[in-house]
Amino acid sequence: MNYYEIIFYVFAVLTVVSAGVVVFSRNIIYSAFALLFTFTGVAGIYVLLNADFIAITQLLIYVGGIMILLIFGVMLTTNVTNVEITTQTLKALPATIVVAIVSALLVSTMVSTKWAVKDPISVESTTINQIGELLLTKYLLPFEIASIVLLIAMMGAAFLARKN
Amino acid sequence: MGINYFLILALLLFSIGVAGVLLRRNAIIVFMCIELMLNSVNLVFVSFSSYLGNSIGQIFVFFIMTVAAAEAAVGLAIIIALFRNKETINIDEINILKW
Amino acid sequence: MITELIITSTIKITLVIIVILTGVAYSVYAERRISALIQNRIGPNRVGPAGLLQPIADVLKLLLKEDIVPAKATKPIHTLAPMISIFVALCTIAVVPFGDSIHLFSRDIRLQIADVNIGILYILALTSLGVYGITLSGWSSNNKYSLFGGLRSSAQMISYELSMGLSVVGVILMTGSLSLQDIVLHQFGWKWNIILQPIGFITFLVAAFAETNRAPFDLPEAEPELVGGYHTEYSSMKFALFFLAEYANMIVSSTVIVTLFLGGWQFPYLQTFGLPPLVVSLLQVFTFVIKVVAMIVFFIWVRWSIPRFRYDQLMNLGWKVMLPLALANIVITALLIAIFRS
Repeated sequence: MNYYEIIFYVFAVLTVVSAGVVVFSRNIIYSAFALLFTFTGVAGIYVLLNADFIAITQLLIYVGGIMILLIFGVMLTTNVTNVEITTQTLKALPATIVVAIVSALLVSTMVSTKWAVKDPISVESTTINQIGELLLTKYLLPFEIASIVLLIAMMGAAFLARKN
Repeated sequence: MGINYFLILALLLFSIGVAGVLLRRNAIIVFMCIELMLNSVNLVFVSFSSYLGNSIGQIFVFFIMTVAAAEAAVGLAIIIALFRNKETINIDEINILKW
Repeated sequence: MITELIITSTIKITLVIIVILTGVAYSVYAERRISALIQNRIGPNRVGPAGLLQPIADVLKLLLKEDIVPAKATKPIHTLAPMISIFVALCTIAVVPFGDSIHLFSRDIRLQIADVNIGILYILALTSLGVYGITLSGWSSNNKYSLFGGLRSSAQMISYELSMGLSVVGVILMTGSLSLQDIVLHQFGWKWNIILQPIGFITFLVAAFAETNRAPFDLPEAEPELVGGYHTEYSSMKFALFFLAEYANMIVSSTVIVTLFLGGWQFPYLQTFGLPPLVVSLLQVFTFVIKVVAMIVFFIWVRWSIPRFRYDQLMNLGWKVMLPLALANIVITALLIAIFRS
């Protein structure tokens, strides 16, 4: 096993285990915390895939932005003293069946498809130039629309969270 | 390393996310699990982008992240508004619209 | 090849961490001496010559204290929060170049732990993680003063992160690269970014004060109203970690400010003097250290000269002054570059 594989397995185990904690932990604070580690693990995998810009964006947006919002949501909507969250009452059997079907479908697709990929040759040192150019030329319209989406979301959130 | 390693990881993440959405009652946890599923999709995009040698997949990831951020802001505002009105965020108790 | 990289990196990391921790100890000492000077007092002068051994005594005292965790606290998070704070503070230094490459043992050693080609984004990403340490410590202590401190700090840091990120954009536009080494190389001679980007420098400086929770923006721990703020319920080594993180943050943001705006390790026209290369490298590292020390003294000077802001003044300053200034700076820089390059 070379270093690359070792690092991959470290981040993969971190991601999957903490994702499991998110779903199966009884304490919502621990769920939120585990999600933090999941996002960080995914960012590590991005670095391994030579996607440095996306990895940093993952840290900035998910870990530095969305997670903070989530933790605030948790703090504002739960009392620390009564940890009551249980999963048993919800229908576990149908859920398991659905999850099994979805995973089987994904696995069969993954195995049966012949992916037209080549081995990642050592690409240039950073992807940020390419991404910047594509965003301001070919994908300019989606880029602008994304900014409008953000503006509307901001206004909507401010309106919803306001008293009365 | 083949691309299958990354795809299997993404698959595991996605399945865990689906399980969470179906199993948990707390709206915030359901929300977190949706973020998990989005992350697994992003992972697939980035791995194909890297194994195909072009950056278009990463641009999609960028847009997905933008929408996820917008979604987080609005979603949490809704959850907090709900909590203020009903004192609960369990999705099986929020059933006023059901007749 | 890769083993060699790991060995050299480990040596560099160890050295840098030792230097920073010593720096923390002595900036605490410097803070106490300078504040005494400003307030016409004497300050610590008993332990060792001129009180120089005072930091060691302080560390020993903190280590020997009892570690108290409140009964109603969320214990794992209460323990984890100071670790997050110090982790973020120490990790940021990894991309800051403290010199050009140096020729030692018949190989070129770069005086930077990792030359990440998106170094600035790395710094911004880590800064955004800094909120966790404070917010979580405030929440997990289960104390209203701690919680207020934590909430204030997260609002403050999120607000100032924006103007911090935007004020760097001017520098990036000037350099055309996100790597900190490139930014330093671009400030050759007197082309320091503080001269070319004065507005960017001011907004970055103010944002850095707010991000490190230093006075005049130390609302998260404002003693008269919040007891100790987010670290009210901390004692012994955990409190020491927060203390360490605060000063480490100050040092690290000084290095970042020096790198981005004050020419980094560049001494004007030093390379053209015709000195032997080893001397040049050492002089450059020395220049860097001098600039950083000057910056730290400036941090301390400001703390003991300017009174604390009120919370609404802080938010007004962040959103109504700093953010528009930073945005205007980007527009002006872009326009000037477009005019002069074409």
